[in-house]
Amino acid sequence: MSIHVREVSKSFGSFKVLDRVSLDVPNGGLVALLGPSGSGKTTLLRIIAGLEFPDAGHIEEDGQDVTQRHARDREVGFVFQHYALFRHMNVFENVAFGLRVRKVPREEVRTRVDELLRLVRLEGLGGRKPGQLSGGQRQRVALARALAIRPKMLLLDEPFGALDAKVRVELRQWLRRLHDEIGMTSVFVTHDQEEAFELADEVVVMNHGRIEQQGTPDAVFDQPATPFVMDFLGTVNVFHGRVENGRAYWHGIPIDYPDYPHAQARDARVYLRPHELELSPVTGDGSPVAGHGQQAPSLLASVLRVTRTGALTRVSCRPQGWQTELHVDIPTESAQRLQSKLEPGARVAITPRRARVFLPDPEYAI
Amino acid sequence: MTSPRAPVTHASPVVNAALVAAAAAIVGLVIVVPLASVFAEAFTGGASAWWVALTHDADTRHAIWLSLTVAPVAVVINTVFGIAAAWLVARFRFPGRSLLISLFDVPFSVSPVVAGLALVLIFGRQGLLGPTLAWLDWKIIFAWPGLVLATTFVTLPLVVRELIPVMEAIGPDEELAAVSLGASGWQVFTRVTLPTIRWALLHGIVLANARAMGEFGAVYVVSGHIAGVTDTMPLRVEKLFQEYRTPASMAVASVLAGLALVTLVAKFAIERRLESEARDLATARAQDAGHP
Repeated sequence: MSIHVREVSKSFGSFKVLDRVSLDVPNGGLVALLGPSGSGKTTLLRIIAGLEFPDAGHIEEDGQDVTQRHARDREVGFVFQHYALFRHMNVFENVAFGLRVRKVPREEVRTRVDELLRLVRLEGLGGRKPGQLSGGQRQRVALARALAIRPKMLLLDEPFGALDAKVRVELRQWLRRLHDEIGMTSVFVTHDQEEAFELADEVVVMNHGRIEQQGTPDAVFDQPATPFVMDFLGTVNVFHGRVENGRAYWHGIPIDYPDYPHAQARDARVYLRPHELELSPVTGDGSPVAGHGQQAPSLLASVLRVTRTGALTRVSCRPQGWQTELHVDIPTESAQRLQSKLEPGARVAITPRRARVFLPDPEYAI
Repeated sequence: MTSPRAPVTHASPVVNAALVAAAAAIVGLVIVVPLASVFAEAFTGGASAWWVALTHDADTRHAIWLSLTVAPVAVVINTVFGIAAAWLVARFRFPGRSLLISLFDVPFSVSPVVAGLALVLIFGRQGLLGPTLAWLDWKIIFAWPGLVLATTFVTLPLVVRELIPVMEAIGPDEELAAVSLGASGWQVFTRVTLPTIRWALLHGIVLANARAMGEFGAVYVVSGHIAGVTDTMPLRVEKLFQEYRTPASMAVASVLAGLALVTLVAKFAIERRLESEARDLATARAQDAGHP
């Protein structure tokens, strides 16, 4: 089922949670609503589910207006953030609930629930109470319960938020495979960009009740539409710079910026991702260390500290004459090769491989 | 996790023993001895005399019957009101909500006698609704409906007060999940809400019933104290006592005291269930937070 959200607004008291939000979810798509807390993503999900009603705007399912249709009649599978399992029922009864209230015959309930428990790999645990399950198991019960009614779409609110890191990654991959198997239109809410990028076909970045950008993970990451998206997706170094003649200048280093061909110089914000900076060791006077050639214009800095974060190593440096720090992520392998040349106090040259420039909106002063 | 019975502080054995002895003495003097003496008095003439005192006096029989009918009606009213009010307060935010919660407590802070007088002022013959009630030929004060009203008033907070914290702790998500799975309002209530609050509800009902059976002040004012008509068990105890029929009075009192003991046991059993459910909830929350 395809979902179309049209100009939906919602306020709680004087607080505007959603401000004319429009969104399309294609049939069979797996879409992530990504944003910081308070960005309105959970409210949007609940409005799609019929658990909340918008103040203005419409929700369409397969072209049919369902805005005022109650959750009970939406045929939506909803997985709550803390699973909301019925604590007094065992796993079997939890999964069977949607079938029982529909008066499905006993035999059919048994067959369907057994089939679902197999699907979520919980066979044999039907007699357990939710309190006797681990977080990951409870999350799968919640999923089986939502799928039992053969919903037309699946909505998940922070589905992995309450799980520890390892279980989270496993479940994420499992959910992706499950989605590919049953191909149900799914929307999930998350504040974790890694989760959104790994799981979703399409990512919707939200902030302050508005959609900042919607696109594939690659598109959103590589061509962020707004400074917020740039800032929200991963760490970023932000600087004041200037643009003129199709180039942006960052501490005298030119970066191509064809979007601004005008001769008149303007202030701009330059965003640099730590992994898109290059770092090479230099001697005390700034000349390249033998074997580490460097031609492009670069910025001289001294190393403050080196932190390994897994496959990447973060080098924090302070460029000459700066008060602030600059972060550079390099592959841990290269860091290990450069080890002695990256000790605190060592001199390095930093070259931006890529940068994004956002001009301040002329209507708003920044 | 540390055992709940682990000592919090380490007082010296002497201080410890002195405190335990003081507590035991007070509990013994104020609770155990008076209660025991009620039973002792009631059974001075033996079990058969006790039985005769309870059953061979028509007015006493009527008082027992009246208490056994008034209290359950008041408890049922309280239960329905308690569930509805707790649901309203726990699931919705509206202007005046905290004022409403405070109003639930009024019957606790108002003296029962005052409550009874207030009811007389409204429903009595000279009262606000007096003429209307006379015209309808409905008798409320000095009659059974008045007893129910007074009993309901004084027990009003007991059920709702038990349910509000439990419903707030559980939150609305299970109910919303049931709705999204296609349950009707009634199905949500009977299959999800009611089972999750059942122990708290039973706790409230037991307390309300004990209070309803034992209520004296408010009922005294609205009943008019008519033997064989509006005397409930507590009123009967007092009347028999005033008439120097102490053994008969104590026989009725022992029934009330026995009821209190049964309530105590039921309350204890229910509280253990409630505690274990609260523990389950806490464990579940901790696991959610990633600390199994």
